[in-house]
Amino acid sequence: MKRTLVGLAAILLLAPVCASAGASKPTLKIENPGQCIAPVAEMRVNHMEMLKHTRDRTLRQGIRGEKASLNECINCHASKVTGSVLGKDGFCQECHSYAAVKLDCWDCHQPKAGKLNVGQAEAAGVKP
Amino acid sequence: MKEPQDLIDNKSRRNFVGTAAIAGAGLGTLALAPGLQLIQVSEANTPSAGASSKVRWGMLIDTTKCASGCDACVKACATENGINETVKDPRQGSQWIRKIDLKNPKTGQEHSLPMLCQHCEHPPCVDVCPTGASMKRADGIVLVDRHICIGCRYCMLACPYKARSLVHQPLTAQNPEVPRGQGCVEACTFCVQRVDKGMLPACVESCPEGAMLFGDLNDPNSEIAQRVAKEKTTQVRGDLNLNLGVRYQGI
Repeated sequence: MKRTLVGLAAILLLAPVCASAGASKPTLKIENPGQCIAPVAEMRVNHMEMLKHTRDRTLRQGIRGEKASLNECINCHASKVTGSVLGKDGFCQECHSYAAVKLDCWDCHQPKAGKLNVGQAEAAGVKP
Repeated sequence: MKEPQDLIDNKSRRNFVGTAAIAGAGLGTLALAPGLQLIQVSEANTPSAGASSKVRWGMLIDTTKCASGCDACVKACATENGINETVKDPRQGSQWIRKIDLKNPKTGQEHSLPMLCQHCEHPPCVDVCPTGASMKRADGIVLVDRHICIGCRYCMLACPYKARSLVHQPLTAQNPEVPRGQGCVEACTFCVQRVDKGMLPACVESCPEGAMLFGDLNDPNSEIAQRVAKEKTTQVRGDLNLNLGVRYQGI
């Protein structure tokens, strides 16, 4: 009986230690503070919905220039060191690794900021 | 498969129209003249109206001008769309546009022409797609929605023009406006990212002979519509009655 109680106490005491010893909370670095299209709380909960609805309208209906845009997310949130939203401290990957939500966006989309399409490059007068 | 027009979410369209009306009314109070209002709306980052069914994008290719051995259009397409990967097996490489040399064995007459997605009015690729990923925009541009493409390649079999390719390997060097990746089928998009900005497709712009003409087949004042009306043009495999967006001259 006494041994059981000691065991139980040990579990209760150690439980919070074990839990916090898992994944550390993501430390997000905001490269351009205060310029997001919506408040932080809304972005955290709804960013995937915003992007999903915009992507369908853009691809299927050809509606361009909507408020939510994956390329704009990247251009603003890409690390100023690596130029990407991926990598160890990357804005997207940091949180998604913690939440264990797989990111499929980057199988097709370009995760680095500052890249220009040929058309844009021509218009801006720079070599692509 | 539904037409893209049917796929439009009525609720979101109403919301969009409503927002646009409110934005227009709000700006109207500031507007000095009716013309200025439009400029302000575009500056206020209002979404574009999107593809319209009044427009039918098309291409006219004059094969008498197309030079054998010239692949400027193929190179321009690869640069614009970020087709820059090296593939182990050349048969697996993505071909959005390719050059074909034809010879009539009886007469010896030769042709050289670029072959690309013909942007059919009745696309077989859209008919066969099991997920609805293969789709036609209201303005006639046939696209693959990679978000729901499962890479089954049924559309590649159905296409009479061998216009589609599957990406076989992971990609990292995409252009930001042209997402493409492993496991999805892809094809010429008429450079939709450029067309939506009022630019010409990269191949048309690059052709040193001026053999490619792009425009709105539905607009009677456009050069392409006038030439299609007056001159003899050919649809490849016209017997299939697919009403192609790409027409050829001289074959």
